[in-house]
Amino acid sequence: MAFKSTFFAPLSVILTVAALFAEGVQAAGEVNLYSARKEALIKPLLDRFTEQTGITVNLVTGGADALLKRLQSEGRNSPADLLITTDAGRLYRAREAGVTQPVVTEALRQAVPEAYREPDGHWYGLSLRARPIFYAKARVSAEELSSYEGLADPKWAGRICIRSSGNIYNQSLVASMIAHQGEAKSEQWALGLVKNFARSPKGGDRDQIKAAAAGECDIAVANTYYYGGMISGKDEAERQAAEKVAVFWPNQSGRGTHVNVSGAALTAHARNRDNAVKLMEFLVQPESQSWYAEVNYEYPVREGVAWSALLQQWGRFKSDNLNLSELGKYNSQAVMIMDRAGWK
Amino acid sequence: MEVAVPPGIETERKHRPGFWETGVLLSALLLALPVVVVFSFVFVPAGDVWRHLVETVLADYLSNSVLLVSGVAIGVLLLGIPTAWATTVYDFPGRRLFEWALLLPLAIPAYIIAYTYTGLLDISGPIQGLLRSLFGWSVGEYRFPDVRSLGGAVMMLSLVLYPYVYMMSRASFLGQSLSMLEAGRVLGAGPWRLFFTITLPLARPAVVTGLSLALMETLADYGTVQYFGIATFTTGIFRTWFGLNDSAAAAQLAALLMSFVFVLILLEQHSRRRLRFFQTSGRYRHLPRHKLSGYRKWTVLLLCLLPLTFGFLIPAGQLLVWAFSIAEETLDQRFFFLVGHTLLLAVSAALITLMLALFLGYGRRLFPFRRVGFAIRLSAMGYAIPGTVIAVGVMLPFAWLDNRIDDWMRHLFGISTGLMFSGTLFILLFAYAVRFLAVSLQSVESGLARVTPNMDDAARSLGYSPAKVLMKIHLPIMRSALFSALLLVFVDVLKELPATLILRPFNFNTLAVRAYELASDERLADSSVAALTIVAVGVIPVVLLSRAVSRSGERDAVPT
Repeated sequence: MAFKSTFFAPLSVILTVAALFAEGVQAAGEVNLYSARKEALIKPLLDRFTEQTGITVNLVTGGADALLKRLQSEGRNSPADLLITTDAGRLYRAREAGVTQPVVTEALRQAVPEAYREPDGHWYGLSLRARPIFYAKARVSAEELSSYEGLADPKWAGRICIRSSGNIYNQSLVASMIAHQGEAKSEQWALGLVKNFARSPKGGDRDQIKAAAAGECDIAVANTYYYGGMISGKDEAERQAAEKVAVFWPNQSGRGTHVNVSGAALTAHARNRDNAVKLMEFLVQPESQSWYAEVNYEYPVREGVAWSALLQQWGRFKSDNLNLSELGKYNSQAVMIMDRAGWK
Repeated sequence: MEVAVPPGIETERKHRPGFWETGVLLSALLLALPVVVVFSFVFVPAGDVWRHLVETVLADYLSNSVLLVSGVAIGVLLLGIPTAWATTVYDFPGRRLFEWALLLPLAIPAYIIAYTYTGLLDISGPIQGLLRSLFGWSVGEYRFPDVRSLGGAVMMLSLVLYPYVYMMSRASFLGQSLSMLEAGRVLGAGPWRLFFTITLPLARPAVVTGLSLALMETLADYGTVQYFGIATFTTGIFRTWFGLNDSAAAAQLAALLMSFVFVLILLEQHSRRRLRFFQTSGRYRHLPRHKLSGYRKWTVLLLCLLPLTFGFLIPAGQLLVWAFSIAEETLDQRFFFLVGHTLLLAVSAALITLMLALFLGYGRRLFPFRRVGFAIRLSAMGYAIPGTVIAVGVMLPFAWLDNRIDDWMRHLFGISTGLMFSGTLFILLFAYAVRFLAVSLQSVESGLARVTPNMDDAARSLGYSPAKVLMKIHLPIMRSALFSALLLVFVDVLKELPATLILRPFNFNTLAVRAYELASDERLADSSVAALTIVAVGVIPVVLLSRAVSRSGERDAVPT
């Protein structure tokens, strides 16, 4: 039929082009990476790895949940060798879904402290992300602050900014509370905290810090790398806002400040296993470790790596050494608690 | 004019599906696959989580979604119809410019406009800062409307979605003939009365089409509502799926959302059933333009300037400022790859979707049976479904198929075929087709509706096959409608994010992915170069689109 051939000829051309783009995934000297770390926050390291080893790194970035779903549905034919996420909860979920495999090497075990890796080696943390409290220097003094628990105190009524409960770092924070003190206490705390909100949660972490600087609230909870990005960025308004707030490390007399990791897991059907392990080891080498701090103000997971000047300026702190698998375990419960507490 | 029965060539109910009809049904069902996959989860028990949702957040999701959709409906109608009317029948300074410029907001992704306005209007932004320093106010002493609210989301979405209504109603106004208005005038109706009793009712199918596109896009929006912290069905689906880790409950929420959409679509179809107008008079003349003067001129000018300024000039200006003053993006080779990938995807997806829409739309005309109509409606629902849900709905069946084929080939021949469909660009293009079929289909169907059934009948009785009728008669007449379909999908793919993010192959980024990665990392300013490029690339087809619309009135209607 003339009609069909005229109309489907372009289609076949397009599909051929598509096939061309997909080729070359299985050649030697490669490693394939599904990464929830954004391209800008991982590619430079990968380029350095390729330079040193000659191994090409193929990259797809995306949301951790979506990448995990893709990995699951692709099954044993998945091209991915490594999965990188930006929080421990998703690594836990990947392990539960059976898409990872354990890997134990001397280099990895020595580099990554026990709390920041899966006991059997299903995943390893690469960098730490701390979630402290920020306070407006003009209206709050550090002495008034103590712990996350303290934020539920009625004295903070209408003074706290924190983003939505849809955000994974808030979910992880509440999950860590559940792990430490059980569900009932955590729910009490969430109820008290929600009562103290200055506004219905909106925006990202930077927005909370900006709101505290502008006076809409006095306290913000945010990850430090956003703060670092504001201080060192080119945006004058953001820099001024960041200068009006200071970091407070909560729970120093107790369990320590809540931290999360970005981490990597070897996939169950990795075809380039050796290259993938090489890449994992490369990512926890001291030089790579200090890169996270220089570029994105994250803390090295490896001990003994020098901190950048900015990180040092914020001070040393004691971090929560809860094994981060627990964050994944309690994630659903945390979301339910936040729903019940009316945390939007 | 005659009010015709639906164009039917085959009127016998009993006939057995032939080659064409089977093809149409099969393609429609294939495109409905993701919808079917999502619906298949309805039967998976999700007791606890579902009860939790009902007890805590479901009411919020429902009321916010309903308010958002109603608000956007009012917004796009108020912005779209008067501007379309004004640029069609009045002559005022800048009219020629407005004709195409009013479509420009279409080139701006909704989440980007949300980011730019937040940057401008937020408590720490320049506007409030200026007010504070001008009047010596301090925070808390004055009230300033919060852009990150339900009302703000309604405004953001209305500003970028009204062009659908504008475009469709303008095409319809242009296609209306003078003879009807003259008849009205002879009967003594004034201009307002003419508008409300003749012009608007005649344009209703077109207005409803534009409106339904805008509303479906609203329901599928994730970026804006998520950033504004509004709990809607879309954010609820994500939260249930990822936060509560319950894909069954999430799919059930999605199914509930789709049921609403389906009811809406049926209502729309029903309301349009009796409304088919065919211009059969050969004495076709354009509506005359009325030259405006005095305060009327300025009012109309202002009316058109409003959506253009707030929907395009301000956000694009903010992006420009960011791009020049702050962004670290450099226009290196990698950036050109981004543009190349984006164009490749947008062009291929637009072509594929158009072919599918033409096949289905014409099939529906040939076989006006309920089963065909139903299958096609089902396949066009993708536009109202969040991209991520579509992506997963596409990924699951194709990855399954790939793995089955692979197993079989390994077993029989000892070779591995890998992920033939789900590992290539095929799956991404398929997802786009599912997502944007509705857009293409609406244009194609409105184009087809302008060809009177008499012409089909005449051509068929002269011995043309259905395919030949399409090629020789319909396609030439529908040229500008087809062009609009292509351009609309092109612009939509340019802006598309969630499906691209999940389904793209290795080392394959697009402009939207780049803009989103930086913006979601809260580096709004850094994302501005990619965002601005999306807008710039999108402006070209938008201008072409407006020319197609302008011409459609003349060209499409004349041959009758």
